[in-house]
Amino acid sequence: MSSFKSTELLKSKVSKQKWVESILLVTTFALFIPVAAIFLILLIKGYPAINLNFIFAGPSNGMTEGGIFPAIVGTFWLIFLSLFFTCPLGILAALYLNEYARDNTFTRIINLAIINLAGVPSIVYSLFGLGAFVLFLKMGTSILSASLTLSVMNLPVIITSTRESLLAVPKSFREACWNVGASKWQTLWYVVLPNSLPGILTGVIFSVSRAAGETAAILFTGVAFYLPFLPESIFDQCMALSMHLYTISTQVVGVPESYTFGTALVLIGLVLIVNTLSIVVRSYYRSHRKW
Amino acid sequence: MMGKVIEEEKRQLSDYIKHYRPKQILRDRIMESIIFLGGLSAVIFTIGIFLFVIKEAWPFLSSRFSLMEFLTNIEWYPVSNVSVRYGAKALFVGTAAVTIGSMVLAIPVGIGTAIFISEFCGPKFKEVAKILIELLASIPSVVWGFIAVMVMNPFIINVLHEPVGLNVFNASIILALMSIPMIVSIGEDALRSVPDTYREAAESLGATRLEVVIRVIIPAAKNGLIAAILLGVGRAVGETMAVLMATGHSVAIPDSIFSPVRTLTATVAAEMGEAPKGSEHYQTLFTIGLSLLLITFSINFISDILLRKSWKRK
Repeated sequence: MSSFKSTELLKSKVSKQKWVESILLVTTFALFIPVAAIFLILLIKGYPAINLNFIFAGPSNGMTEGGIFPAIVGTFWLIFLSLFFTCPLGILAALYLNEYARDNTFTRIINLAIINLAGVPSIVYSLFGLGAFVLFLKMGTSILSASLTLSVMNLPVIITSTRESLLAVPKSFREACWNVGASKWQTLWYVVLPNSLPGILTGVIFSVSRAAGETAAILFTGVAFYLPFLPESIFDQCMALSMHLYTISTQVVGVPESYTFGTALVLIGLVLIVNTLSIVVRSYYRSHRKW
Repeated sequence: MMGKVIEEEKRQLSDYIKHYRPKQILRDRIMESIIFLGGLSAVIFTIGIFLFVIKEAWPFLSSRFSLMEFLTNIEWYPVSNVSVRYGAKALFVGTAAVTIGSMVLAIPVGIGTAIFISEFCGPKFKEVAKILIELLASIPSVVWGFIAVMVMNPFIINVLHEPVGLNVFNASIILALMSIPMIVSIGEDALRSVPDTYREAAESLGATRLEVVIRVIIPAAKNGLIAAILLGVGRAVGETMAVLMATGHSVAIPDSIFSPVRTLTATVAAEMGEAPKGSEHYQTLFTIGLSLLLITFSINFISDILLRKSWKRK
């Protein structure tokens, strides 16, 4: 009798579990809907606008016609210049934390600083960039100031991803290298860094997509609403795709829908290509690693 | 013959000790100090951010700023000709409104998804779901704002028959979708860090998977899950472009979820362009930036403590 009762109980427990499991399945799947919807809408409404002229011409007639070439060029300037600053610094910081730092208060402070940097709102980065680079260091509103602001913003991303890939290199690799008489730096340079390069690359590519999409951080530091010419040096201002999308969808009246959706499509396409690249590099790296 | 070889080896060894080894050590020292400076950079920038934001806000903070007015007055008239007032209450309430609104959606979905990915689904689905979450996280905030203006706005007006499409509701949905990836990934880490022995022990006592999750896994991962939610809140508070575009620019206390509001971040983004450098208005905007910085710093600090606690057990 008692065993019969317990099966009833078990049955109700199992059916309850099935219910919860299917609810969770539905919520997880529900996330597919907005992602798919966003990409579909952008593709359907933006695709008709995309042609060579749209990509390679400047905006004309009060930004209601023409193309987005200066914005694309500006975005690339910002991406590459910010990578130039943030990569070496981020990799050095990660090397310090993973290879040199001891478990003490100082290291805790560095970790807290990294976590804090990762959580600072992008508009506050913009204020910092304005105060520090534009005004204090007198760089003016320029590609340089904007890139420096972006690179500070991306620093925690690079540090975290580099650290993870350094951590993945087995200790035995280092020990083997020390045993043949290599110094600590030689071990890092000839063994640890080459083996963690794909992981570092993944983080770098991911930070490219963040830089490409960022708007608030470059708002007061170097990006212009509209420029009739292309930037010639890092001390010029530039346009950016993200900023251009903001401008034409909220600040300018009478922009045709296809033009704004086209711009959004180019931006999300760029971000998506870069992200896919990072996922591909990562999965290739995982399946080909030597240990 | 033998002697010659030994002589040669001795020569090489002394050569190594005399010439190569010192170079090796010197290079190591130099690189170590460069790497140390790199390690310091995050601290320098964190201090720098506080320093420069405070520096620009200081003339206002040290003269006419009153915390009472700033926090309790709803009158935000930074450029009024008659009497300038800097009451940021409505902005704080606006930020709170969209944050709470987004969390109502993001916490159950985010934590639910984290639990499903970590405890219920198979490895293949897990891989797919993680890529999906990454995709969701990669959409730039200005594109979210664009969706809010171009898709959600007409939807709310035409389908829900509300007069204004850019409001708390719109921003909350957008912000929820933006913070879900963070809640899922940190929440999943927290759940995964619960040792398998806990699961095995509970299952051997006859608990079903659901009971294991509710009675064992969630209590064990509690700190990490709270940290995940807090970081989601931080994300929502600090988000700028999407909120700037979705909330509808109305400095007022919202009376329903379909009222337009203005958040702290949106105010800085919208008004900084017009505020002359060094003016009182400009300094107030830096003061708002400082309050944002303090809010996010405390959130990060608390969640760091919680995450550290949850790792210690592991």
